[in-house]
Amino acid sequence: MQTGSAALQLLVAGIGTGSIYALIALGFNVVFKSTGAMNFAQGEWVVMGGMISALLFASFSNIGIACVAAVLIVMMVGILSERLVIWPLRRPNTLLITLVSIGLAIFTRSLVMMILGKKPVGYPAFSQTATLTVGGITIQTQTLWIIGLTLAFLVIMHFFFERSIIGKALRAAAADRDAAAIVGVKVETTVMLSFAIAAFAGALAGAIITPLTLSSYDQGAMFGFKGFSAAMLGGVGSLPGAVIGGLALGLLEAFGSFYISSDFKDAIAFAVLLLILFVRPSGFLGRADVVKV
Amino acid sequence: MSGKLLRVEALNCYFFGLRAVADLSFEVKTGEIKAVIGPNGAGKSTLFNMIAGVTRPTSGTIWLDDERIDGMPTHQRAERGIARTFQNLQIFREMTVLENVMVGRHLRGKAGVLSALLHGPTLRADERALADAAMAQLERFDLAGKAHMLAGSLSFGQMKVLELARALAGEPRLLLLDEPAAGLPQAEAEHVGEIISSLNRDGMTVLLVEHNMRMVMSLSHDILVLNNGMRIAEGTADEVRRHPDVLSAYLGESEDA
Repeated sequence: MQTGSAALQLLVAGIGTGSIYALIALGFNVVFKSTGAMNFAQGEWVVMGGMISALLFASFSNIGIACVAAVLIVMMVGILSERLVIWPLRRPNTLLITLVSIGLAIFTRSLVMMILGKKPVGYPAFSQTATLTVGGITIQTQTLWIIGLTLAFLVIMHFFFERSIIGKALRAAAADRDAAAIVGVKVETTVMLSFAIAAFAGALAGAIITPLTLSSYDQGAMFGFKGFSAAMLGGVGSLPGAVIGGLALGLLEAFGSFYISSDFKDAIAFAVLLLILFVRPSGFLGRADVVKV
Repeated sequence: MSGKLLRVEALNCYFFGLRAVADLSFEVKTGEIKAVIGPNGAGKSTLFNMIAGVTRPTSGTIWLDDERIDGMPTHQRAERGIARTFQNLQIFREMTVLENVMVGRHLRGKAGVLSALLHGPTLRADERALADAAMAQLERFDLAGKAHMLAGSLSFGQMKVLELARALAGEPRLLLLDEPAAGLPQAEAEHVGEIISSLNRDGMTVLLVEHNMRMVMSLSHDILVLNNGMRIAEGTADEVRRHPDVLSAYLGESEDA
């Protein structure tokens, strides 16, 4: 009974953390799909989402408005980043975009530090009641918010990509730029749109996790690497893969830090990343690249 | 058959000093099927890529209906009515057959990004209209029964037809076909030939690159022969067939075919 309820509690916590990783991984995968590159500024947008929410909350005292506005602001930052940094590249290739994104990450972090400060910031959980006790286990209500909002976002993304013609155009451009362009898809706009979605997903993750962890300018790299590991685990470029990878990593961390040691919490993600790179570089749902010679 | 739909003037294209297309001028009249033939490396693909907007000409101009289009990005040329198929078959394999054609028709859609994200009513109406039109297109090409299959699971011949259906979905004015019969057995090549010819009867203007001479000779109103990036002959099938430069380009220096 004791171990049973502990396991259940870890399960919920793991799904909560996993949701955050899934959102970040989704950001990686959306940009990867449209550019073939890894965008290492992804983690900075998570931090930005949390910190701007905190700043707005301090001014408006309304968590809902603060978070929604912050996520939209960060989405604009994502669009601006693409227009200023990626779009002007004369001959974009995946390596160049990846390297540029590292520069963008460092720049973004410095900017966040200068404008929003070095101190960790936070705000209360979305619900008045902080914890719920159900069947002998205690759950933080914010964890439920995280799971619910992530789920809602994923459902919207699913419909966007599968049903809407713009989502289809995005997938088409990701699959074959030339063929998409000749049927009239504005390929450069689809890249911008993918940055907007990635920034939105990252900022959403930041805005909903901050009540639990606080947010500070230097967390971006860690968020980025966790999301990157989750993306690799699930399969780079696959949207369901981001969800599976994120949840798997969150659960591994939760159970690992409980049954082994919480000192290993972050090490687990990197052990997973290494293992994946050795054993199955394409991840759970990814497919090995076929290189035509 | 009076107007000139496409006009190419003094077109040059160099790659690292190598001449791919040299001082090429020609026209495609509204309603005709024009073929571009020539040995491998004659500059046919480069020419197609310049018209579609993949490759920038080094110099020269391209006009579609008196509007200058060289310098325009590919999607703007698509908006103006240029569609193409690719030599190596570039369909969206991991999307369904129907989705391929819907994307091909997406210029006809109206819903914006916001509506797409919110899955609003404009979107649903728009999607339905697009899907219906795409379905009608598939029926025309006998692919309706496979609408919900992944495009990558079709046979090679069906993929070729799907690519053609996708190109036509945007209701283009000029159809660029890059080796539509390549890799097809004769019977299927003939089927594709019949499709092209029936499109043309309905008024479609076609610029065709093809190695299948039977198809070229039977379909084309006018044939442009390239060699080393230059025009060596232009005219009807009969004229081209007898042209001495054409014979030597295809058959080396021999006297007779």
